[in-house]
This record gives sequence, structure tokens and C-alpha cells, in this order.
Amino acid sequence: MTEVALTPSQTAGPYLTIGLIGGPLTNRLVDDSDPRALRIHGILLDGAGEPVPDGMVEIWQANAAGRYAHPVDDREGIPLEKGFTGFGRSGTQDGGRFEFVTVKPGRVPWADGRFQAPHLLVGVFARGLMKRVATRMYFPDEETANAKDPVLLGLELEERASLVARAEEGALRFDIVLQGAGETTFFAV
Amino acid sequence: MLPEVAHARVPDSTLTATDPPLYYSDYVGTRLRAPKNPLVLLPSSLSELTGPIYGDRPLTETDADLTRQHAGEPLGQRIILTGQVLGSDGKPLRGQLVEIWQANAAGRYDHVVDNWDAPLDPNFTGGGRCLTDDDGAYRFVTVMPGAYPWGNHPNAWRPRHIHFSLFGRAFPERLVTQMYFPGDPLFPFDPIFNSIPGERARERLISTFELESTRPDWALGFRFDIVLGGRESTPLEEPHDD
Repeated sequence: MTEVALTPSQTAGPYLTIGLIGGPLTNRLVDDSDPRALRIHGILLDGAGEPVPDGMVEIWQANAAGRYAHPVDDREGIPLEKGFTGFGRSGTQDGGRFEFVTVKPGRVPWADGRFQAPHLLVGVFARGLMKRVATRMYFPDEETANAKDPVLLGLELEERASLVARAEEGALRFDIVLQGAGETTFFAV
Repeated sequence: MLPEVAHARVPDSTLTATDPPLYYSDYVGTRLRAPKNPLVLLPSSLSELTGPIYGDRPLTETDADLTRQHAGEPLGQRIILTGQVLGSDGKPLRGQLVEIWQANAAGRYDHVVDNWDAPLDPNFTGGGRCLTDDDGAYRFVTVMPGAYPWGNHPNAWRPRHIHFSLFGRAFPERLVTQMYFPGDPLFPFDPIFNSIPGERARERLISTFELESTRPDWALGFRFDIVLGGRESTPLEEPHDD
């Protein structure tokens, strides 16, 4: 097969809710009544420290046992979970706030066989973003695993800090700063 | 703590010849939103080699027919929008969720933030979704969206466009983009369209009129193929192709 040229990205613009929010893809990865249910929320902020009320945040994660619901993850010994897709999507129309209800993912391997600390992949879209920006969220109660995580270890301390959520009133708080002071670390994936 | 080699940092504009840079001053919206630090380059782990799969959750027929989502028909020129979703190896991607949104025929979005002086259409919301078939093909019925002013600079107008959202086979392949219509006189004036560095890359966002996609005595037809790949796909063209 010959390589074909990729389709370029364009901004999602300010009206993405018409096509992307309110449909079958939601911010509930598990039901609120699931005893493991974990609420993750935060605010999307711009370079002036203002909330971004026309954006969208998406997450991708392994299930609680550490397996991705995707054919490339063929580790049969780790169970898949019926109904758990690992994907969630939240608008930020309520004052820049986004929210997910999910479970903490299990650990998944790095390319060299070491384990990564539990994490979510996070994608952000908004007017003014020419393309998706991608980051990761780590868990504050995983200090030992975080200290050995191959992604975090290759970062400066303050970059690491921007990727670890904080515990707040029974939930996890993870703000995303697009630009400037406290800018979230973004990855080329 | 294990000693570790720092990850490479790359300015986002050097990553691909295809996508626009995050910061593009002519598009005012980027100025306070584009991250300023270089991106951290990560090797792909299982987290990046996998990605969301829509699966077999049900969609309805009117999800893909934006002219039949209300009691009456929307105003405007009916169009049938078709195309194929492909991987960078040229293989069709089946079962892909394709999501679209657009302005109505008068150029107005059915959205609380859009309040310019053009009429809403009670029979048009402007959102649609469908799944690609075994050949990677998708099909929507909708109306031709209007151009609209957007205040980026004096007398700024967006060319007619439809927003597209796709997932691809793994997390890095996620794409949100805009499809344009052939021959639009607004192209030279639109910073969003022109933020794409290469002319040939820009042209890949322009649909083509396709007589075979029309429905005689009923609707025009346009074709827009979409190719998805992560940053590790080899770009076909050189960075400076125009």
C-alpha cells in the first residue's frame, strides 16, 4: 500500500456542542451508582487565567484491571469489562468546568516492560486551538508508582506537578492551563 | 528514584507538514490559548497504541440526515455528502464514528453564543453522526451551510464549511477538522484555512462536486475523503510545498 497524505486539522471552533455534546458519547464512563465511581473535575483556563467556556475535554484510559478496550491490547489474562469503553467526553460550557465519572485505571506497561503509573490520556479542543492538545493526568495517591513512571521521570519537577491531580472533597481536581503561568505540560503523541 | 533521560522537546510547528501551528497570530483566538512551551515528545506505549472504539452502539437514520430531524424540512440547498475514511496506508477504516456540525443555510449556528443578524431555522439543528461501512464510506444528507461573519478582523467572513470529528485507530489519530466547498471566494481571506502551511494540504480540505453523488431532481453531491494517521506517519509532502 502506498502512503497517502493526511487530512489537516482545523479548530473545533466555538460551536462544537452542536455536533459533539449531548449525543451518545458522554462524561460517564461508569454509572454514578458504581461503588468504584470516581469523580474527576477541573477548569480549562487560558493564558489570561480566564475559564474557557467553549471547549471540550476527552479522556482515554484502561479499565480498573489495567486493560484497554482495544484489539491492540491483547493481554487475555487481564479481563475486559463489559460496557466499559475507556472513553469519556465533557464540554466546558459551564464556566470552563469539565467533569468525568470513571474508575481509576490499573497500571499498563511501558515499551520496555516497566509499568506506568495509573494515568488518563487527556485531549483538549476549543476555539483558538488549531488542533487537539494532549496531556496526561496522574493520581495523587500513587506516589510510589508516580516516582517510577517513565513519562514523569523524563520531566522537570514542575512539569510533573502539572500532571498530577489533587484530592478535593472526595473527588479529584485537575485544572488544565493552556498557556502561561502554570501551563500544563502537553505532549506530542 | 531511577535516573532518567529527559524527553525531547519539540516546537509543535516542526512536527508535521500538514497541520497548522498552534500559534497563528492572524487567528486572534490562538493568542491566549495556544500553549507556549514546546511539546514533550513521547514514544508510543500501549496507552497511545490504543484508542476509543465506538462499537455497535445504535445510531438512528436521522442522525445522518440533518434534513429530517424536525417536523418540517430546513430551508437551503439540499446536499449529499459522501466520502471515505482511510488510514495513512490507504486502507479503508470501517466502523468509524463520523460526527459533523454546521451553520444553517443562512450562516447561523443553532447555538446560544451565535447571535449575529441572520435567521435561525426551526427545522435545522446542524448536528449529525454516522458510522463508516465496510469500505470506510460515510454519507450524510444536509443543506449547504452559509458563510458568516466572525469578528476576527474587520469584515471577516468564514468560508462555507462543515466541521468533522473522527477517531482513527488509536489515540494519536484523533482528528477534528473542517470541510470546505470548491471555488469559495473567501479562501484568500480566511486565516483558519490559511493557517495550514502547504497549499496541497489546504486543498485536501476542499470537497469536490461529484455528479454521481447527486440525487436527480433533489440534491447536489459533494465528496470529501479523510486520511487519518498519527505523527509517526511519514508525511508524503515536504514541509514547504508552496
